[in-house]
Amino acid sequence: MAEPPQERTALRMVNIEKYFGSVCALKDINFEVGHNEIVGLIGDNGAGKSTLVKILTGVFAPTSGDLYIADRKVETNSYTVKKAHALGIETVYQDKSLGEKQVMWRNFFIGREMTYPFGFLKVRQEKAIASEIMVNTIGFRGKGIGVESKANKLSGGERQGVAIGRAMHFEAELIILDEPTVALSLKEVRKVLNFVHKIKDAGKACIYISHNISDVYEIADRFIVIDRGEIVASITKAKISLKELDEFLLEYSHGLKDKVQP
Amino acid sequence: MSRTTTRFAFIGKLEGLPIAMVLAVMYVVFIFTAPSVFTGYRIYMSFFQTVPPMLVCAIGLTFIITAGEIDLSFPAVVALSGFVFTWCFKNLNAPWIGFILALAAGALVGYINGLLVARLRVPSIMATLAAQFFWYGVTVLIAGGLQIDIGAITTTTIHTIFVGRLFGVFPVQALWSLGLVAFFWFILNRHTFGEAIMFIGDNAEVARVMGINVETTRIQLFTMHGVIAAFAGLLLTMEINVFFPTQGQGMLLPVMAAVFIGGTSIAGGQGVMVGTFFGSYIIGSLEAGVVATGIGGYWVQLVEGLVMAASVILNVVIGEEGVSILARTARKWAVPAQAPPGEDSGGRKHA
Ligand SMILES: Nc1ncnc2c1ncn2[C@@H]1O[C@H](COP(=O)(O)OP(=O)(O)O)[C@@H](O)[C@H]1O
Ligand SMILES: [Mg+2]
Repeated sequence: MAEPPQERTALRMVNIEKYFGSVCALKDINFEVGHNEIVGLIGDNGAGKSTLVKILTGVFAPTSGDLYIADRKVETNSYTVKKAHALGIETVYQDKSLGEKQVMWRNFFIGREMTYPFGFLKVRQEKAIASEIMVNTIGFRGKGIGVESKANKLSGGERQGVAIGRAMHFEAELIILDEPTVALSLKEVRKVLNFVHKIKDAGKACIYISHNISDVYEIADRFIVIDRGEIVASITKAKISLKELDEFLLEYSHGLKDKVQP
Repeated sequence: MSRTTTRFAFIGKLEGLPIAMVLAVMYVVFIFTAPSVFTGYRIYMSFFQTVPPMLVCAIGLTFIITAGEIDLSFPAVVALSGFVFTWCFKNLNAPWIGFILALAAGALVGYINGLLVARLRVPSIMATLAAQFFWYGVTVLIAGGLQIDIGAITTTTIHTIFVGRLFGVFPVQALWSLGLVAFFWFILNRHTFGEAIMFIGDNAEVARVMGINVETTRIQLFTMHGVIAAFAGLLLTMEINVFFPTQGQGMLLPVMAAVFIGGTSIAGGQGVMVGTFFGSYIIGSLEAGVVATGIGGYWVQLVEGLVMAASVILNVVIGEEGVSILARTARKWAVPAQAPPGEDSGGRKHA
């Protein structure tokens, strides 16, 4: 991977920890994402991947540790989703990206509406832009899906298309996809992967979370393996083949088992 | 799109259409079955006098239910606000201060509900049920269980402004409540607050990850409903010139019924303000209407139940999809040769 002249990071986490009550969900997390790097985050269910994502998108505050976005330190206690949006961080979730019963134009602008004074919505403008994105960026053409359609009328792939189109519209510097392909058909998964390639081409950064190792292998520059709240490996793609990565993950989980039961 | 399509398309966009039809049919039936009552204007004037407090409560409850919550405490707020107002009027001769304090009392009750629900995560049905008992208890206690007559209120400006009679016959509160319906329609459908409420009711987790402050919004929501219910209490108390400690007691179920038959779903995520308006008038005129037809007192509740059931079913069946199906059917009759648009499942892909 060719490094850019000036080294910049899109994101850096230093000694991040997160407790839910007395349960430790993340421990001693140190990692960074380069400004045009695609990082694949791999780990079992409950490993702490989504928790990590929520910390860096402002949904949760970490219990301790420092967060840097675009090389600037973030005040984690007052960090919010709105601030994350303002810093160019966009997230696409498996199932939490859209309000099911809400129309498309609302889904595009929820949380950062275009408003007149006193918070009244600029409905006409929102609809026009949403329509533009749906037709030109996402590629809904004709088939009865428009800005007035509710999210529950869309297929899983179309929903992710909308969430991704929204992320692109708001000019993300770092796009996080948290298991975006779980409920999708193969054809739809392909679209999502193509989109991640586009992120790379556009010079942006991405964190991609998936259980499908071959998907992750295809798009990521580097793989970070997380287990029970801890980062256990960070491997660049150049150093490992898909088969080796697969075997590593398999052996790793066996290795852990052995440690637990000596 | 053919011209016929566009001609019928607006039907689907008319908010509260099914329930407006129910109201219209109901009045037509009453006009035929009780012509002596329902062809005169008096019965309608009496509805415009009795429905507004209920309608005002229903406006606030529409927001609550849209947010996926429930509030059982608004009847107690109706009583508390009535007491605060009458006390200030009687003892301080300060109706406007009483007015403000009554609204503030409603805000306080709502704010505490909001704190319980949003911060302590007490389910709203439990928090507001407790609040309902508690604030009724408080009201009865400080009122000493006695009613307070404020006949002198009828000569005041505040009375004229809120519950006076336009042209000597038309109850002004009907206009106030209509104005509030319009205002809160905009808040629900054209304001960031209403949008936040819809997303929270739909899926609070989605709202949260999209940057909505779910807790703050819930507190604002309950506080707002407290103020709205307090205003309803003021309308009621001023209209009848007397505070009685049990006022509001009978409002809980009719107001809930009005919201539900108006088309707002208990599932949350969407609210139909126009439906709440018509729903309130259906609920508010049903009993008087059925009694006027003379079919006998024992039938009243049964008929009321039937009308409510019919309205709710109509909303589900002729909801948004239903109306578009009707429009499509009508279009087919109009243009028989035209193929209906296919409902293809997964293949809406671009080339
Ligand atoms: N809001 C929460 N409250 C309490 N515990 C949580 C919460 N969110 C996640 N956890 C816990 O944190 C751990 C990591 O969860 P998560 O980050 O969702 O894992 P992953 O996304 O890797 O499957 C799990 O043990 C989970 O139960
Ligand atoms: Mg997860």
